[in-house]
Amino acid sequence: MATKIDDDMIEYVSILAKLELEGEARAQARSDMEKMIEFADMLNEIDTEDTDPAVQVIDMENVFRDDTVTNGDNREDMLANAPAKKNGQYMVPRTF
Amino acid sequence: MLLTNKTALELGKLIRAGEVSCVEAVSEFLDVIKEKEPEINAFITVCEEQELKKKALEVQKGIKTGELTSPLAGVPVAIKDNICTKDVRTTCASKILADFVPAYTATAVRRLEEAGAIVIGKTNMDEFAMGSTTETSFFGAVKNPHDITRVPGGSSGGSAAAVAACEVPAALGSDTGGSIRQPAAYCGVTGMKPTYGTVSRYGLIAYGSSLDQIGPIARDVADCAAILETISGKDKKDSTSLNRTDSDFTSALKTDVSDLKIGIPSEYFEEGIEADIKGNVLAAAESFRAMGARTEFFELGLTKYAVPAYYIIASAEASSNLSRFDGVKYGYRTKDYKDLHQMYKKTRSEGFGAEVKRRIMLGTFVLSSGYYDAYYMKALRTKALIKQSFDKAFEKYDIILGPAAPGPAPKLGSSLSDPLKMYLADIYTVSANLAGLPAVSLPCGKDSEGLPVGMMLTGNRFNDKAVIRAAYAYEQARD
Repeated sequence: MATKIDDDMIEYVSILAKLELEGEARAQARSDMEKMIEFADMLNEIDTEDTDPAVQVIDMENVFRDDTVTNGDNREDMLANAPAKKNGQYMVPRTF
Repeated sequence: MLLTNKTALELGKLIRAGEVSCVEAVSEFLDVIKEKEPEINAFITVCEEQELKKKALEVQKGIKTGELTSPLAGVPVAIKDNICTKDVRTTCASKILADFVPAYTATAVRRLEEAGAIVIGKTNMDEFAMGSTTETSFFGAVKNPHDITRVPGGSSGGSAAAVAACEVPAALGSDTGGSIRQPAAYCGVTGMKPTYGTVSRYGLIAYGSSLDQIGPIARDVADCAAILETISGKDKKDSTSLNRTDSDFTSALKTDVSDLKIGIPSEYFEEGIEADIKGNVLAAAESFRAMGARTEFFELGLTKYAVPAYYIIASAEASSNLSRFDGVKYGYRTKDYKDLHQMYKKTRSEGFGAEVKRRIMLGTFVLSSGYYDAYYMKALRTKALIKQSFDKAFEKYDIILGPAAPGPAPKLGSSLSDPLKMYLADIYTVSANLAGLPAVSLPCGKDSEGLPVGMMLTGNRFNDKAVIRAAYAYEQARD
């Protein structure tokens, strides 16, 4: 079954991916995605019916730790890279 | 004494014997960097000379007082620019992180520094480690020191080129689908990706978290083993890091391989591989036979499905990992925007390059409702089958021998126009990441144009030592 990548699909995926693709970039994205999906469809040749998905391959088990804070107050360090800040906090455009 | 052609361990030995000072070592490498960087462009950031000399004096003092005893004490190293270094800019070769200065140091780098190694700079790479040529860097392409009209490979192209150009004796890279091993092959140096979980990923800016591993790139196998021994180990800050009791990797530097059984996947040599690569890698197999190892062709199976499975899984993880770059907490933020949502979109669209956007789009698609089972889960099931075919192979063999790449380093500018073709060249390397296996790439001759050819030795999970032993034995016999 071939998956069709049309403009609506690119629009939908770009909303999910938070990317803005206009004009030529959008056409390119569509063509690239079509090629990759066609390539990925090769996997349909393999029977995976009775195979469980391998999320990880090292046979690890869940790793638990106590939920305690171990790092100190490094607010200044964390804010040093912020593109905009005010009163010791990140500054963003109004959200409502 | 010329220091810049020494291996890391040779240099460390001279320093500890007092024949060379740490400041001298740093100065010599800085001179080479100054001379070669205008052409090679292996570094995004070279640390400030005064700071480096200060650090070198501190290390010298540590050696003198007996505090620093590591064979790497005083040795300059370079770090791929997706590995965080406190107070030293870490860009991932992206516009979106062009001014990012981490507030902490990655565990692997911290362990090197605690051993007395001196971080001399941060190396160029494909943006967010996505690419096979180091041409997707926001800071310009890296040139292959063996032929500056060619790429050094990628994504750790800067680390491999810096070692090949004698700008540094050794470097750290990261490997998600071959990003240490393929550039090492193209640049004629040695690179190793250990078993998944051997090295902490804390401070490695994530691309495909289930596949990413940090590893060494150096001039020989002994350096790689010594660096790996230094940087490996359980880290509370990376829950996938392993508590291995067998991380004394330098103990595997032995030349006896008479007990090794080496499998050679016959499909690796059937189509798409250049004659010179095939010839050199099969000659290496002959060397192993001459050393008493048993070699045998076999059918590995599923080989052609590794690349599509890899690109689905890596892109899916990347789309999730890179969602953190939103122009709020760090990095680039677009100048003009109407609201929060538009700020996110414009920031990301302007901040990421074409290849990164391509993979975010693909990854978002394969994880989207309605396609998740058909693509992402299908790829994870394929990954399980690929792992099984390796498990089966390792019931019979200790080592799998193959090429690192199907051809030599491509010409600059020849790869990016056809991404799918570029992805297909990853056919030999991606399986080790999917199955979590240790693998080393090391030089095994030159092609008819004099370009380096690399072979790859892959071992079973946790059998990093067999890989190191086989690589070391071959290297000693070759030299």
